Amino acid sequence: MNRLRSAWDFAYDFVVGDDWRGAVTVVLALALTALFVHLAHVNAWWLLPVGVVAALGWSLRRAVR
Amino acid sequence: MNALPLALTVFVACLVEAVEALTIVLAAGLTREWRSTFQGMAVALVVLAAISAALGPALTLIPLGALRLVVGALLAIFGIQWLRKAILRATGHKALHDEASAYQREVTAAAAAGRRSGRGVRDWYAFTLSFKGVLLEGLEVVFIVVTFGSNQGSLWPAVIAAAAAVLVVAGIGVAVRAPLARVPENAMKFAVGVMLTSFGTFWGAEGAGVNWPGHDAALLVLVPVMLVVALGYVLLLRGQSRQEVMSS
Repeated sequence: MNRLRSAWDFAYDFVVGDDWRGAVTVVLALALTALFVHLAHVNAWWLLPVGVVAALGWSLRRAVR
Repeated sequence: MNALPLALTVFVACLVEAVEALTIVLAAGLTREWRSTFQGMAVALVVLAAISAALGPALTLIPLGALRLVVGALLAIFGIQWLRKAILRATGHKALHDEASAYQREVTAAAAAGRRSGRGVRDWYAFTLSFKGVLLEGLEVVFIVVTFGSNQGSLWPAVIAAAAAVLVVAGIGVAVRAPLARVPENAMKFAVGVMLTSFGTFWGAEGAGVNWPGHDAALLVLVPVMLVVALGYVLLLRGQSRQEVMSS
């Protein structure tokens, strides 16, 4: 159980790192992009870059507060 | 397409990680003993090669659209992590990674640890220190190599770039026998962060079904835009720090 926990902690830290909000924002922006493209037929190429820039800014703001 | 920037990104990312691994290997080798250190390093490299060999072909079985969606998301998240750390260090909100002090810490711990031998290893502390250092630093490189390579359809450019970086750092390490404290690690981390975030954004959006204006040429805009944004955040945070100092 302890090893599983350690493996999970390592994987989480490896992929998500210090701020999970950045990861969640990227995933949400991707999901929203897919919805725009497949349901609304809008080629929302701009959405993910905006999401990534916002995620980075938000994460930095939280880090320096 | 994109083979050169991809290979360069892998090369620089691997350079950063190899410099950090070298610090640990040198501390183990110079403080404890070299044979066990090399054994630990060799076993870690074999494990890393096995992970790459298993993951690379496995990823090529996934349809390209789904692969790009998942890999793009992971790379973008990973890139944001690298950029966040590099920006915080560049603006003084986080201490710069100092190879000289990291080396001193490892040397102090290695000198104080007891000695245990057996199963063909003279010094398990040196073996474990070297194994863990190389494995942990190498995992990030494996991740980048495998994800970049699988998107390119071939792992080889990424593997060659990573191997070249390891050889460069190992060669310099053997020559100077000291941690490479003068390497501009943060600037390299910043550059890799920009590239990972840009490629991750490009592939992720493609995986979600987007058609980029200009197709692959969109990357020629995306990378500079990400760079300008990241530099903008650096300036913003530096300005904020100056204001805080002046008002206090």
